[in-house]
Amino acid sequence: MTSQLSSLQKYPGGGEGGRAPQTPAMLMRNVIPVLTVTAALVALWYAAVIPMNAQWAQDQARRAGVELTLPTLVADTMSQQRPRLPAPHQVATELWNSTVVEEMTGRRGFMNTGSLSNRSLIYHGWVTLSATLLGFAIGSALGIALAVGIVHNRAMDVSVMPWAIASQTIPILAIAPMIIVVLNAVGITGLVPKAIISTYLSFFPVVVGMVKGLRAPDQMQLDLMKTYSATGGQVFAKLRWPSAMPYLFASLKVAIAAALVGAIVAELPTGAVAGLGARLLSGSYYGQTVQIWSALFAAAILAASMVALIGVVQRATLKRMGMAA
Amino acid sequence: MRDIATAPVISAQNLNLTFQTGDGPVHALKDVNLDIAKGEFVSFIGPSGCGKTTFLRVIADLEQPTSGTISVNGLSSEAARKARAYGYVFQAAGLYPWRTIAGNIKLPLEIMGYSRADQDSRVKKVLELVELSGFARKFPWQLSGGMQQRASIARALAFDADILLMDEPFGALDEIVRDRLNEQLLELWARTEKTIAFVTHSIPEAVYLSTKIVVMSPRPGRISDVIDSPLPRERPLDIRDTPEFIEIAHRVREGLRAGHLDD
Repeated sequence: MTSQLSSLQKYPGGGEGGRAPQTPAMLMRNVIPVLTVTAALVALWYAAVIPMNAQWAQDQARRAGVELTLPTLVADTMSQQRPRLPAPHQVATELWNSTVVEEMTGRRGFMNTGSLSNRSLIYHGWVTLSATLLGFAIGSALGIALAVGIVHNRAMDVSVMPWAIASQTIPILAIAPMIIVVLNAVGITGLVPKAIISTYLSFFPVVVGMVKGLRAPDQMQLDLMKTYSATGGQVFAKLRWPSAMPYLFASLKVAIAAALVGAIVAELPTGAVAGLGARLLSGSYYGQTVQIWSALFAAAILAASMVALIGVVQRATLKRMGMAA
Repeated sequence: MRDIATAPVISAQNLNLTFQTGDGPVHALKDVNLDIAKGEFVSFIGPSGCGKTTFLRVIADLEQPTSGTISVNGLSSEAARKARAYGYVFQAAGLYPWRTIAGNIKLPLEIMGYSRADQDSRVKKVLELVELSGFARKFPWQLSGGMQQRASIARALAFDADILLMDEPFGALDEIVRDRLNEQLLELWARTEKTIAFVTHSIPEAVYLSTKIVVMSPRPGRISDVIDSPLPRERPLDIRDTPEFIEIAHRVREGLRAGHLDD
């Protein structure tokens, strides 16, 4: 019997087999394709910059009575003040200048005044981020609460989902101004109206994901709980909730990106003076395409970091639950 | 009221169960009468659709009979379930992937409100019983299929239920592992003195394990033969080569064939 046991003990393949940490070689294998795609996209972007901006460069040259050679034309398309399509390095420079340089050396920068400069993307990013996070928190909580209701209550099951779906078919651009105006009229301004629009966009993926997740346990697992005569609360805490974890994180990733979009859109109709949305708006008023593009990239970087952050929490949680993703 | 000592642990009288399906009613169980005494090992054998799993689920109060009565420990099946009268082992181990083996075995104990210290000692005891000591902190994916099924049996043994209901627990395992687990199950049965109801597809498994073999046939699901095994309780694996064993196996096979000829 003991010999049987020791032979069985070899079965699990050393336990942790197949879940080894990434080696540098594996890391390179993952990084190289990413870099290749990025390089290709940047090259494509540069290639597009030339025809997009050539018209303006040639008009200027004609007015000045000069003949443009191809090299000067190309150089000119990439260094215009208000290009139709700014070159990648212009956007990168603007991003750098309006964040690090502005805060370090700007007259109203952090180094000189101790507070963030209203000309910096860090300041505007934070304004949008705070509304995003508040909206995301409310939206996730609401989404989870609705999902719990839908899974446990038949009336909610048939009545809530159609409304949730209908709510998402209304263009956010149409409903955002109305929410802002109505809330303004009752004296709610600032962060909260923006957060509510973030909530509006972010609760939906959480509802859908969590309904699926809370229903993930199969009949056998539910029967097992029944043989223990477990209460509804115990079935939820010990079976449904842990089963839903992978679904929760997947939907939170979608939700936080949606929350950011909501916060940015919420800044547009009010002509807000601060926030990434405000930067987009003022950039388009004054034809500051470089400013628009850098605000867009700031938003993208923000969204990517938040999604990555949730990914870190996800990996840590699932690892602790023995379900390393 | 019958005398407690001789009263059957599980008793079914004129049990009928009809499922209403899109293709009309299906008679899963028809006129089932059966008494199971304390400490018996009863196997249910028959082809798919003969109602053997359904009968086990009726005992467990996971299905409701259309007519007839079922009593478990002298109670209705629902009262018995609420009194946690039985442990149920499903065809698949169904361990929670997010819990360790010890955590999985603790699951029913947590639900039933055992104290933390009691939980730990019970986990230790049942892991020894199924020879999985040393695997308490492993996750299910780190164990082979046979070991997972043993862990699920441990989970059903962890609390004080004197009935064990097993629905083809070894159906998905290969012959060698199955032999080994059958041997262990008999040892376990002898040590714990539980009453076991065991559903299987395999004739040798049924004959090897049981004190009573219930042969069932399909359409409608019914009992076609009940065989009280003359084999001793102590059974080495090579008992399967004795004439007595082969004779019982033959009778079971005849019973199964007769059930099919009715079609």
